[in-house]
Amino acid sequence: MQFDFEVEGGNFSKAGTASSEVKKILNQLNVDYKIIKRVVVALYEAEVNIVAHAYRGWITAEIDTTSIRLTLEDEGPGIPDIEKAMEPGFSTASAKVREMGFGAGMGLPNIKKNTDEFKLESAVGKGTRLEMAVFL
Amino acid sequence: MNIKELISLLDGKLVCGNPQSDYTIHAAFASDLMSDVLTLDNISPLLITGLCNLQTIRTAEMADIHVIVIARGKKVTEEMIQLAMESNIILIETPFSVFRSCGILYQNHVKPVF
Repeated sequence: MQFDFEVEGGNFSKAGTASSEVKKILNQLNVDYKIIKRVVVALYEAEVNIVAHAYRGWITAEIDTTSIRLTLEDEGPGIPDIEKAMEPGFSTASAKVREMGFGAGMGLPNIKKNTDEFKLESAVGKGTRLEMAVFL
Repeated sequence: MNIKELISLLDGKLVCGNPQSDYTIHAAFASDLMSDVLTLDNISPLLITGLCNLQTIRTAEMADIHVIVIARGKKVTEEMIQLAMESNIILIETPFSVFRSCGILYQNHVKPVF
C-alpha cells in the first residue's frame, strides 16, 4: 500500500504531521515497535529537513510485507556537497531552525543510522531526493 | 518513581495527562536539542527540556517518550497541550532549571540513559 503527503517549507507548526500519520498507520498494521521507532525517527528528521531548507516537498510511504520504503522529494536549494552534509555536526540551518531544537547537523547521520537503505541525491538550485527503506 | 512523586519533587504543575497514571519513571534524559533526543535507541526516558514548542511534543511522539518536564518556568501553549493529549503524553511544567531538576531526580534514584 502507498501513502502520499505534501510538506510545506518553512511551516514549523505542521512539521511532523506526515511522520505522525505514518506512525499511526504502522501501529494499526501491528508493525514491531522497534521498527516503527526507526522508521518514524528517520522520517521525522527528513520531514523537518524539508520544512527547514526547502520550499515544498512530497513524501511517499510504501509498505509491503518485506519493507517500509520512504521517498522524500523537495523543491529547494539542494545540497552542494552531500559528503559534507553527512558529516555529524555540519549544518547550514538558520537561527529559526535552531530555535526549534534542530539544526545541529545530526539529522542526516541519524537517518542513515536508522535505515537499511539510504540514497541521497541533490541538484543545486532544484531540489533533493532521499530514498530510504527499513526491512521488516 | 511515579508521576505524583515527580510533580511533588519538582514543585511542578501538571498541564496535560493523568496524575494518577501508573506510569513508572526509571530513567531520564535532558536536552534542548531534539536531534539528540531522537538518537536514543530502545529506551523511553522522561525528557527534561527547556525547549517549549510544538516540536518538543512531536519529538517525544516519534521517540516514544511518555512524560515531558518543561523546565525554567516556561509555559506550554494550547497547541502543545492539544498535541500531547492526542499522543497520550504527560506534560509537567517546573519553575526549576534543567540542572536543578536533573539533580533532584538523580538524588531520588532516577537513572541516566548513559
